[in-house]
This record gives sequence, structure tokens and C-alpha cells, in this order.
Amino acid sequence: MACAGTGCLSNRSADVKKTLQEEIARHGLDDEVLVVSTGCNGFCEQGPILVALPDGIFYQKVTVKDVPGLVEKYLLGGEPVESLLYRPPGQKEAVARMKDIQFFRDQRPIVLRNKGLIDPESIDEYIGMDGYQAMVKGLLEMTPEQIVEEVKKSGLRGRGGAGFPTGVKWEFCRKSPGNGKFLICNADEGDPGAFMDRSILEADPHSVLEGMVLAARAIGASEGVVYVRDEYPLALRRLQIAIQQAGDYGFLGEDILGSGHDFRIRVVRGGGAFVCGEETALIRSVEGRPGRPVPRPPFPAQKGLWGRPTVINNVETLSNVPTILREGGEWYARMGTSSSRGTKVFSLVGKVNNTGLVEVPMGTTLRQIIFDIGGGIPGGKRFKAIQSGGPSGGCIPESLVDLPVDYEELTKVGAIMGSGGLIVMDETSCMVDVARFFLGFLMDESCGKCTPCREGILRMHEILTDITEGRGTMEQLALLEELALAVKDASLCALGGTAPNPVLSTLRYFRDEYVAHIRDRKCPAGVCRSLIHYRILSERCTGCTACARACPAEAVKGKKKEKHEINAEVCIRCGACHEACNFEAVQVY
Amino acid sequence: MPRVSVEELKAIRERFRGFRRLREGKARARVVVHMGACGLKAGGRNILSRLLAAREQERAGEEVLVTVSGCAGQCDQEPMITVEVEGEDPVRYGRLNEETAVRILEEHAIGGRVVSEFVCVPSRTSGGVP
Ligand SMILES: Cc1cc2nc3c(=O)[nH]c(=O)nc-3n(C[C@H](O)[C@H](O)[C@H](O)COP(=O)(O)O)c2cc1C
Repeated sequence: MACAGTGCLSNRSADVKKTLQEEIARHGLDDEVLVVSTGCNGFCEQGPILVALPDGIFYQKVTVKDVPGLVEKYLLGGEPVESLLYRPPGQKEAVARMKDIQFFRDQRPIVLRNKGLIDPESIDEYIGMDGYQAMVKGLLEMTPEQIVEEVKKSGLRGRGGAGFPTGVKWEFCRKSPGNGKFLICNADEGDPGAFMDRSILEADPHSVLEGMVLAARAIGASEGVVYVRDEYPLALRRLQIAIQQAGDYGFLGEDILGSGHDFRIRVVRGGGAFVCGEETALIRSVEGRPGRPVPRPPFPAQKGLWGRPTVINNVETLSNVPTILREGGEWYARMGTSSSRGTKVFSLVGKVNNTGLVEVPMGTTLRQIIFDIGGGIPGGKRFKAIQSGGPSGGCIPESLVDLPVDYEELTKVGAIMGSGGLIVMDETSCMVDVARFFLGFLMDESCGKCTPCREGILRMHEILTDITEGRGTMEQLALLEELALAVKDASLCALGGTAPNPVLSTLRYFRDEYVAHIRDRKCPAGVCRSLIHYRILSERCTGCTACARACPAEAVKGKKKEKHEINAEVCIRCGACHEACNFEAVQVY
Repeated sequence: MPRVSVEELKAIRERFRGFRRLREGKARARVVVHMGACGLKAGGRNILSRLLAAREQERAGEEVLVTVSGCAGQCDQEPMITVEVEGEDPVRYGRLNEETAVRILEEHAIGGRVVSEFVCVPSRTSGGVP
């Protein structure tokens, strides 16, 4: 199984696969060994990844050069290649089998159950994994009302951000008067750093299509749209192949399986504006109008695309549906917490050893995600905070690391589930700078239609810039808080409504860092350039000149084998000397 | 348009069953061909090919998994295979040829009866199947 997710592909996994096939042919093993391209395996940190089945041996960071040895030693010789096996951080012993690696062992794949196991471009392989069974059941053995009922029973809530109960949304639309209803699959995925929807489409596109057929049946829609961002070429291609194959088999089109249910799917490519993921803006964008939100009500389920009742669901939400119908709503509801059922896919990124996609039951604690699955913080650094829910999520401090992750718990601590982005930060992150960074993104992505969002975020960003550059005042801090609450309350859509989260949550848990920037003109984490100085500790300096050579501003003075010094007037505080020094002689103040 | 009926859908699923078992590593029995340098030299490759063909012929694709492993630590007994039947202790066979290996697949892995005449006498140096 050769991973052909975007992460592995960009590390040349396609070349690895080609070489592997050539080597296998050269040794005459073609009849015995089959090389299959799969969607994203999830453990992107370690790519390119090969998984050898049936043994379940996990090979990581495989390069073209490694392939001949791998074929000879493992395929011919039957012995795992030690050097390509996974080694848990800080341990000498390699772990050969994928199921023994903690990153995989603690996960519970429902949405990602086929990832890395099937060829996403083969509908037959999907069928081989019980695919389209739920469609048969839903179309031939159940009424639309029963489908709605089953999904309600499962407790499934929208995975796109707001967490609205999916069955309730479907029922609402089903009961809305009017014909020509629409179903839209939201694959805009605008959160920077989040890639679960992309991975689902790349690894198992048929699961989304099957979910759509069922959703359409439930609400009574015969037209469907998948709105995919144009920056996802691979997901787009695999989706289009899947639509073609499903159409050829008669799973899309007229009178599916003789049930009398018609359903067609059209792909619309989005330009990649963050706000176009918001449902009302997305609908405008599909209609060919500027992607700007409009007030709700009327909700899309009443008056959506072209004024017709429309259900809009996220990729991950829809991909859960086939399993729910196949296994039953009650089965699904047994996983998770009382308010949030089932599993959630998170994209775990930032200062954590095992970055990648993880799917765990709702209610799993942050500690389990960061330290057990994520393997902890690299470089022996200390965990500081985790940003949950994308740019407009909130920062959760170390003291709350035992928080069980579900919609309500996250909201209680000032963060959100969002689409499931988790960014881990260590002691080298400045929380004021982090808040400024996210607000900068939201400021750029605000559509500008309503004043609170357009002007409010801009002003908040200005204040944060003042603070990080050493011009902040305590009065500004009070104003920042006031603005945050106003923007939250008065914005038209949830972009503005959630934009203050990074500010409010960092003020709540890291106020002392703000105060240090303002009162002491100091950045405790040593990040904000205007507030830090670099100095060379003469007792540690060996005069190796590494810092002087790294300095782009020629601010480091000193001859070879003599103590070096930094000229603070010329220094641009880029930190290059700090990184270049092997003796920890360059210190930040 | 080649539309697929519910029956055909079932057929596709059946066809991929064995494939799926293989990928999920689930099967009732596993036949491991030891293919270290010693096993290869003694003809392990040919045994593997014959076993794969025989399994195909017996339509035992979804029940029996044929896979390879390294040296079993009893190089003098090569070619060797180990048969692991679900719920039973693994049995190691040695000094095989293509015919006897196929017989073991049929009688033990599929039929469930240990073929005692080829069972290896355990030697103290024997290592486990990795
Ligand atoms: C600014 C903004 C961006 C959004 N981006 C996305 C997105 O990329 N993908 C998504 O599924 N939902 C996104 N949403 C949420 C959608 O408005 C909507 O709630 C969701 O698609 C409904 O599907 P669900 O019930 O299955 O979650 C966004 C919302 C806002 C306010």
C-alpha cells in the first residue's frame, strides 16, 4: 500500500511507487506482490509511507534509494528492514507493525476506515469494503423518514463547525414546502492547517457520494452540488473519477437501483476564500454571485440555493452517514459523550512529534491526543497551549490538558470544535503574537459586508500590533476586550462572530503575557522582535564565527577564535545567529 | 449504461472478499513460507509460487493467507513453512518440496489435520516468526 495522499506525494511517493513496481518486476515477483496507491494514511509526519500487507509492516520515509534493498531484504528475504521502521520519539526499539504504533493504536477510524486500505480510484474496492450497502438499505428497505430517524438516533452533529444535529436539519428541510430541493456538500475547507476533508475525498471519495445519495433521499432532493476549493486538485480529480464510476454503475442518475429516486451530482470549484465556506456565502458563490453571507433566517433549509430548500453538509458529516445506516444509529451513538456522539477527525499540527490526521471518539482528552497519539512535544520543550477550531478558535492552556474534547466542553473553555484543527504550541510561542497572527488572517478574509467584522477586526489587529511592537497601553487592552465582545455580538455571520476567540481566550489564560508586553516592554517567550535583544554570552562563545556568517545584517562582530558581540543598533533581531550557534551562547532577552 | 443491480453489487463484494481479508490480515489460517537466505537457497521461492497457485485453485483465497517470513533458525530443515490455524498453536514443517508443501496447505491449512510426517522436531536454536 503506497500512500498517495498530498503530503506523501509531495515527498515523491509516486517515484517510490514506480521504482517499487520496477524492482518487483525485475525480481519476477509481479504475481505475488501487488502495489496499490491509497489515499492519505494519516501519519503524514513520516511520509512517504508504505504499508506491507498482510503482515501490516509500516515503512516510513521511504526514498527511491531505499526501494531495491526493501525488495531484496523484505519481499524476498522476509525480514523487515530495520532502518525504515518507525521509532517512537526517545526510544531505541523500532516498532514494525502498524497496529502496534501508538499513533494508530489509540485511534478509532469510522470516517477514515478505508484510508490506506483501498484504491480511492476503484469503486469495486470500495464495494469490497461493504461500500454502497447502506445505499441499498436506504433506498430499497427504508422510507426517507426512517433514514432521518436513524440519523437522529445516531446523534450525529455537523462536522463543519457549528455542530448542528444532522438529522434535525434534514427533517427541517424535508418538511419545508417546495420542490426542486438541493443538497450541497461543503468541501471548501478554508481553515489553514486543516486537511481532513481533503483527505477523505482523496482516500475514500465514494463514502461521501454514498452519504450524499442517502441524504438526498432523506430530504427529497434530486440535485446535488459538491463545492470544492480549487486548491485541492487531487481531491477534485478523485472526486470526479468517483462520480463518473458511480454514474456508470447507476448509483447516480435516474431511478437509482430501481427505487424511483433520481439524484445527480455536479462539482463546483471554489476560489478559496475563507468566507465562502460559510453556508449562505457558499450558496451565493454557487449561484455565481460574490460570496458574501446574508442574514439568517431564512435558513438554507427553507430558502437556499436558487431560493429552494437546501441542506448543506460538511464532507466529514456526509462520510459518516453510510456507516450509521449500515451499523445503525444506536451503534454509532454508543461512541462519544452524551452531547457529542461518534468520532471526530482532527488535524494535529504544530509543535508535536506526530503531526497528521487522527480520528478519535468524542470525549478523548487533549492529553491523549497530544501526548499519546501525538507523541508529545519535540525537542524536550514544554507544552504551552493548543489552538482548537482553526483561526477563529481559542487557545486552551496547559492547565486544561485533561479536558475531554467535545462541542460543549470546548465552548465552555472559550474555544470551538470548528472543523477539527488542532495547533499545538510550545514555550517558544508568544500568545499575543499568536492572537495577532490569527486576527491578521481573519482581517484579510473578512468579506467587508458588515461593519463590526470589517472595522472591528481591523482595529483589534492594530491594537495587537501596537502591543507586540512595544507601543501598547493598558487603556488599549481594555478597548481590545470591549471591541472583541462587540464584534462577537454584532457581526452578520460566524466569521465575525468567532473572530474574537483567539483574543478573548488568550486574554483569559495568558493576560500576564499581554501585561508584560505593555508594562515591562518584554516578550516573555522571546518572539516579538521589537521587544527582544540578542546577546552573546562571552563565557560560552568559542569564536567559531557561525553566528557572524549566518547574520544577514552583518551585526555580529569578532574575529575567529575570539569572543563575538552583537551590535544592537544594526541587529534586525531575526534570530539567525541564535539558530546557528552550537554552544547556546546566543541568548534572547 | 452498464447499470449494476443489487445482485451484481453483492457479486462484486464477494469477489473482493479475499482481497479484503488479505488487507485486513484476517483469515482462518496463515501459511508462512520461510524465505531467509537459507530458505531461498533451498527453493522457498518456488514453494511460495506453488502455494499461491494451489490456494487459488482450491478457492481458499479468503480463508487461507499465504505470506512470507525470514529464517526460522533451523536452516538445516529448509525449505520450511509454518501453518497457523486460528485458535491453535502454530505448526512448523521442514524438509519440504513443492508437492509436500501443497499437501500441507490442503490437508492442514484447509482441511485442519496436521500432517505429522513433516513436522519439524523443535530445535533449541529455533526463533519465532517475526
Ligand atoms: C467563515 C466560515 C467558514 C466556514 N467554512 C466551512 C468550511 O470550510 N467547511 C464546512 O464544512 N463548513 C464551513 N463553515 C460552516 C458552514 O457554514 C456550515 O455550518 C456547514 O457547512 C454545515 O454543515 P454541517 O452541518 O455538516 O457541519 C464555515 C462557517 C463560517 C462562518
